[in-house]
Amino acid sequence: MSTNHFNDNNEPEAHSSADVSQKSTPADAGDFDQLKSGGFIKQKQKDLFTIRLQVPGGRMPLDKLRKAIEAAEKYSSADYLHLSIRQSVEIPYVNYRDIPALQMHLNQADQAIASCGHRVRVPTACSGCEYNPNGLVDTQKLASRAHEQFFGQDTPHKFKMNFSGCPIDCARSSEADLGFQGAVEPEWDEDSCVACTICEKACKENAIHCDDEGKPVYNPGNCLACADCIRNCPTGAWRSRRTGLIVRVGGKHGRHPLNASVVAEFLPEERVPQVIQGTVQWYLANRPDNEKLRLGDLLRRTGMQSYMQSMAEVFGECAVKEPQPPAPVIIHRNGDKRI
Amino acid sequence: MKTIDITSDLELDLRDQVCPYAFLQAKVALEDMAPGQILRITLCGRDIENVPRSIKEEGHEIIHVQKDGDSFMFYIKRCPNASNA
Repeated sequence: MSTNHFNDNNEPEAHSSADVSQKSTPADAGDFDQLKSGGFIKQKQKDLFTIRLQVPGGRMPLDKLRKAIEAAEKYSSADYLHLSIRQSVEIPYVNYRDIPALQMHLNQADQAIASCGHRVRVPTACSGCEYNPNGLVDTQKLASRAHEQFFGQDTPHKFKMNFSGCPIDCARSSEADLGFQGAVEPEWDEDSCVACTICEKACKENAIHCDDEGKPVYNPGNCLACADCIRNCPTGAWRSRRTGLIVRVGGKHGRHPLNASVVAEFLPEERVPQVIQGTVQWYLANRPDNEKLRLGDLLRRTGMQSYMQSMAEVFGECAVKEPQPPAPVIIHRNGDKRI
Repeated sequence: MKTIDITSDLELDLRDQVCPYAFLQAKVALEDMAPGQILRITLCGRDIENVPRSIKEEGHEIIHVQKDGDSFMFYIKRCPNASNA
């Protein structure tokens, strides 16, 4: 029988350092203790592991990539690196005996090994506003800070965070335990407007209609806060009233995906660390005994009120009133049977 | 729509151009003009969003827009500090 264990995401379970060091390893047990937060994924093949590297936001400095290639050439029996679904770089086919030496090699470029198991994972992010024309917030900076501050913290189950720069949501903030998405609320300045009606054409959501004189009428109920009107206004009559983050909680992918709940809108960037901290704290405080539950499944059980109350101070005026719990997304023919 | 009398120093009809050539033609034309001079370009379709946006990003100023059926005429002021690359 295979020794592989599969979890809800059909992802091989990571083996903790304890599993590795039980085997007669020549390496110092202390080396393995440093790797407690995981990052080794047992392969089908005897004694072989895949090593998952930390690549927050999918941005890998060239010196680190070089070291990863060198390490793979030296310690992996494969002739490739694997790009994981969550923007990580993985070195497959590494014998567990070589893990300490491989880690020392990666250390030369401060390339750390990622995490597996029940803890805060490496965040993913799009390229953000730095050079992507659609980007509304600096997702790379936000992801990098979140990573520095929260990576590896213990949580009741895996805890994933995604950062998208705009409502196109390439980083799938709706599928993360905690997702952040850039958003801009527009406002219109009559004096700068030349009534050209280009904003009406630029808006893909029918949130702007121009009257007979060509002046725009804004319908916030249709607006996705993408800032197309601001970008496309030739005269700068559309401006940002509020720029911030849409906060989504309780999403996940896997066998039984959940569509995250929008719990806050236009949250100022500087409050992101408090949102992460508060959410992890609530998750830990409300974990069920003897049961592994993702945050979204827990919220479906408790309802949203307890979470929203505990986050009331952090969300403040940005809180969404009476949000619905995360909703199942059925992707399998029989996927609705467990609900 | 407000109608304002603006005299342009150069006019380009870019309605037959394929993206990104409409923008590039306007950009090259602006680079050959003196700061403060006015370029008028005529655009239609999706170009009315992409081209003016890119021109603003170059640092030029769109001082007026006039609708002409399905087309739009943009009056662009060549800015002194616009990138000259």
